[in-house]
Amino acid sequence: MNLLQYWRERTVYGRLAGKGILGMNCRNIRYISRYNPRTLYPLVDDKLKTKTLALEHGVNVPDLIGVIDNQHDVRKIAKMTDGIPGFCIKPAKGSGGKGILVIDRVVDGVYYKTNGQPISLQDIQRHISNILAGLFSLGGKTDFALVESLIKVDDAFRQFTHEGVPDLRVIVFRGFPVMSMMRLSCASSKGKANLHQGAVGVGISMDTGGAVRAVQSGRPVTHHPDTKQPLSELVVPQWIGMLELACACYDMTGLGYLGVDLVLDKNRGPLLLELNARPGLSIQVANNAGLLPRLRRIESIKKPEKFPIVERVAYSRTHFAAQSDL
Amino acid sequence: MSKSVSSTRVPLYVLVLGLIGAGLFLTFYRHYTFDVPWLPDAKRQIWSIEAKVEFEALGQPVKLSLAVPDNQPGFERVSEHTASPGYGLAFVDEGVKRRAEWSIREAKGRQTLYYQVDMLFDEDSFNVTEGVPPVIETVTYAGPEQTAVTQLLQRARARSADAFTMTRELIAEFNNETQLAQLLVQQKSRERRLVEMLNLAGIPARVVQTLFLEDGRRRQTLVSYLQVFSGDQYALFDPQTGQQGQMENQLLWEQNSSSLLDLVGGRDSAVTFSIISQEVPASRIYQEKVAHLKNAMDFSIHSLPLEEQAMFKGILLIPVGVLVVVIMRILVGIRTSGTFMPVLIALAFIQTSLITGLVGFFLIVGVGLMIRSYLSRHNLLLVARISAVIISVIVIIAAFSVLAYGLGLAEGLKVTFFPMIILSWTIERMSILWEEEGAKEVFIQGGGSLLVAVLAYLVMINPIVRHLMFNFIGLQFVFMALVLMCGNYTGYRLSELRRFKHLVQER
Repeated sequence: MNLLQYWRERTVYGRLAGKGILGMNCRNIRYISRYNPRTLYPLVDDKLKTKTLALEHGVNVPDLIGVIDNQHDVRKIAKMTDGIPGFCIKPAKGSGGKGILVIDRVVDGVYYKTNGQPISLQDIQRHISNILAGLFSLGGKTDFALVESLIKVDDAFRQFTHEGVPDLRVIVFRGFPVMSMMRLSCASSKGKANLHQGAVGVGISMDTGGAVRAVQSGRPVTHHPDTKQPLSELVVPQWIGMLELACACYDMTGLGYLGVDLVLDKNRGPLLLELNARPGLSIQVANNAGLLPRLRRIESIKKPEKFPIVERVAYSRTHFAAQSDL
Repeated sequence: MSKSVSSTRVPLYVLVLGLIGAGLFLTFYRHYTFDVPWLPDAKRQIWSIEAKVEFEALGQPVKLSLAVPDNQPGFERVSEHTASPGYGLAFVDEGVKRRAEWSIREAKGRQTLYYQVDMLFDEDSFNVTEGVPPVIETVTYAGPEQTAVTQLLQRARARSADAFTMTRELIAEFNNETQLAQLLVQQKSRERRLVEMLNLAGIPARVVQTLFLEDGRRRQTLVSYLQVFSGDQYALFDPQTGQQGQMENQLLWEQNSSSLLDLVGGRDSAVTFSIISQEVPASRIYQEKVAHLKNAMDFSIHSLPLEEQAMFKGILLIPVGVLVVVIMRILVGIRTSGTFMPVLIALAFIQTSLITGLVGFFLIVGVGLMIRSYLSRHNLLLVARISAVIISVIVIIAAFSVLAYGLGLAEGLKVTFFPMIILSWTIERMSILWEEEGAKEVFIQGGGSLLVAVLAYLVMINPIVRHLMFNFIGLQFVFMALVLMCGNYTGYRLSELRRFKHLVQER
């Protein structure tokens, strides 16, 4: 008995288990392989399919300007984006934000990236060729390029980002949002919003949408490293709408353990950016909380499909609230 | 860490238990029934001797009889095989004589028959020199021959005390009295004459055909020796020098004064011998001895031909390497590039030895990455790009082999053991990783792969592991069960304890 107590209280393993931190093996066996049928993966691994599906289900997504699916059409990019001040080129099957090129403005035939660096039309065309060749896709499969209109960062986030668009990651389990975090790009992440590339992860309380805790490269932070804005002031606007959008993604895909990436557009409100059938575990670090207790609570619900979206959001806001550490 | 076992897991646990049960049963069965030891034991020396009989067949029925060696002090026959397509074969024991007899209804042209025997060298019994003496045959001489024989025997007897010293002195006389000796060897061979004269003096003796065993020798022939008896003790004598005693590498191939080869229906026959020495664990010797005790329950690789056995020696080790990968990835959490690439690299290391292997790996992958980074500028399609990398890898390997050979580094030639397709994929993956995630990730995953490969290599070259995996096929089921159990592990990986540590140590 003593030994068990020692294991629980003194060892890292026991204390992580006690806190309900979800590990990779457990995520794969208990959640992904049990709740995510493999046949549904193509819906989320291909951004064009996700987009089509979202439009069918009335889930808002960034506007699609066009699709380039063969080398011959690469030259059409100039005509396609003619008169559009800013756009974004993405590989349809890319993962982790790889291969995304954001053009902020076009002045006299010169394209400018978000960091102000000018690039030529040839550079853009070569980038599209690389996308088509499968340079950014999983397993190097041939791919196609999506051209989307730019997202305009909501004023509430303007102080909390460096170059990139901050996005909200919500883990949706059997249709219930269980945990969320904001990912803020910064100079050291080179405008990328991935935590392992140095972006700031901000845990978000499920009831209010307010920041709970923030980490960068595994260390707690209190202010945005570039803008020096105190992160305690970060509150996600239209919080309920964001959560409802996340829940709707479960309804449209059927994936039980889903990572939903959302953005808030200044004009259009919450938009679905992409879906992930194998969402990472860093969200627990950003929230300083384990996923397991929340997942178990949802697993104990006998018939989750009986809950409409509004009730699911209300349930999560009641049960998964957290106090701010900031 | 829920304590309840989900009902869907029960069939898996039953399967795991069943596999472990079956595996352990087979393993213990083999241990107790076939006496296969748990640990590899002391190596014993086995001489494999191949007699190659060649002759010109005349298009008639052919009957061929070859003297073959029997157990004798110092040597124990472990197994024998023949290769003689189309021929009927029988081993004939005529009292103490042992012969292999081949026969065929009709044969024409050059014929080649093989007889191979494995003789186990046994140091303990080597000094035992007991045998059944041959019957004394008295030959009568006439004229000058009789004079010569009598003269030689008288001198030898005068200077000797017993049968062995008599033999030695007689051979010395033969060497001294060259004229008398010349007279005697005109009709019969020196050895035959010596035996006749010893018989005349009442000493049992005979001519034996011996073979000097030297590793890797080919086209050897038999050497005649004298075997002289004193009571039931015998000694060997070199008929040329009179030297007494048997060398440790001297095998008595034929010891019954009969011919080495009798051939009917052919001509121009010749027998040559090839010899190799092997260090073999005692368990294998036992295996070969009980080879005829085949049993339905004997799921042993040892029942396969030698060439296939050698192949399975490598194949049966793969589960060990695979388990190392499973443990390192699932329990430890090391990232590798390509799931089982480390196992294949480890198999290559077994062929090349570790240091050569590591150097070769770094050279090939390093140069490959440089070529690949050049290729990436051309926006090639994936299949073409990988193909180009494969060809580059082959050229690199060829270049290194030629360079190493030119510099006199025989070790360098071993780079050809690397699996080229796998290396090409490794280069491709690392290159993409470099472009996408940067050099750091390449070193993490590349280092992880090499670490796992080296660990798998160290486990796979362990003699105990090799012995167990090769001899106990039941262990394959146990490994299967272990892998299934790992696949069911929902706890934290070691790397996650580090990753999440600060979540529980802050307060």
